[in-house]
Amino acid sequence: MSFMGVNWLKYSSPQAFYPLAGSLIPWCAAAAILLIGVGLYIGFFIAPTDFQQGEAYRIIFVHVPAAWMSMFLYVVMAAWAGLGLGLNARLSFMMAQAIAPTGAMFTFLALLTGAMWGKPTWGAWWVWDARLTSELILLFQYAGVMLLRTSIDDLRRADRASAVLALVGVVNVPIIYFSVRWWNTLHQGASVSMTAAPKMAATMLTAMLLMTVGFWMYSLAVTLARMRCVMVERESLLSWGKQASMQEVAEAR
Amino acid sequence: MQWGSLEEFLAMGGYGLYVWTSFGTTALCMGWEVLALWRRRAAAVAEHRDVS
Repeated sequence: MSFMGVNWLKYSSPQAFYPLAGSLIPWCAAAAILLIGVGLYIGFFIAPTDFQQGEAYRIIFVHVPAAWMSMFLYVVMAAWAGLGLGLNARLSFMMAQAIAPTGAMFTFLALLTGAMWGKPTWGAWWVWDARLTSELILLFQYAGVMLLRTSIDDLRRADRASAVLALVGVVNVPIIYFSVRWWNTLHQGASVSMTAAPKMAATMLTAMLLMTVGFWMYSLAVTLARMRCVMVERESLLSWGKQASMQEVAEAR
Repeated sequence: MQWGSLEEFLAMGGYGLYVWTSFGTTALCMGWEVLALWRRRAAAVAEHRDVS
């Protein structure tokens, strides 16, 4: 499997992936800082005040990217989990393991910033609307995947069990995404879509997209860094050539 | 640029509490995650110096 003159399959081995991840992290981190910095500048100093929501609308510059990342990272996590199950590839399971905490964090942030936006504009921190409820379930799903992993001592069984749970949970992602269309929700419809012109000023859209790509780069950097931690913690148990005790296996995670 | 002064910027048209709580918490979470990973990596490397 070669593409653009590079044999990508090579990087499915831990020995090749580990240094690759290490060299990618600084670039992703630098891109994240730059994009988020410019995004914040445009969002706070160039984008105009919203005529309906006043300055409170500026919360979307962090709310929308966080919400997108929460869904996107879940799909990516489930894809790696599925790949791990299909190919029985340890590295894929580790990738899924490395993504989960960041995804959970963005889900929490999407909910919190949503509440911060809801209070001044709707008059309520929380409503049991389809969008909000399904996003809350996503947070529980992340928690479930992570907790199931830590509750099984055998690493291989932990990998497989949490992968199955992650895969089954993917059904919730389209529900979150289309909830504003399928049901009458208090949450507003999509501000940006592939088929229609965006319903906001160009500078607002630019700020939001820059923040989104910035969050994307941040997630990549953080996930790769966690992946390297997981690899050191897990692989080293095998490299010593001695039987790892249950205690060591438990601590390795 | 619609801000006349720093006070005006911080007030965010009366929504300062909501706006700054959102951005502040996000920054804290991201900063904490990076710091936690830094420490995790240091601990992992210290324990298995022969691997990395």
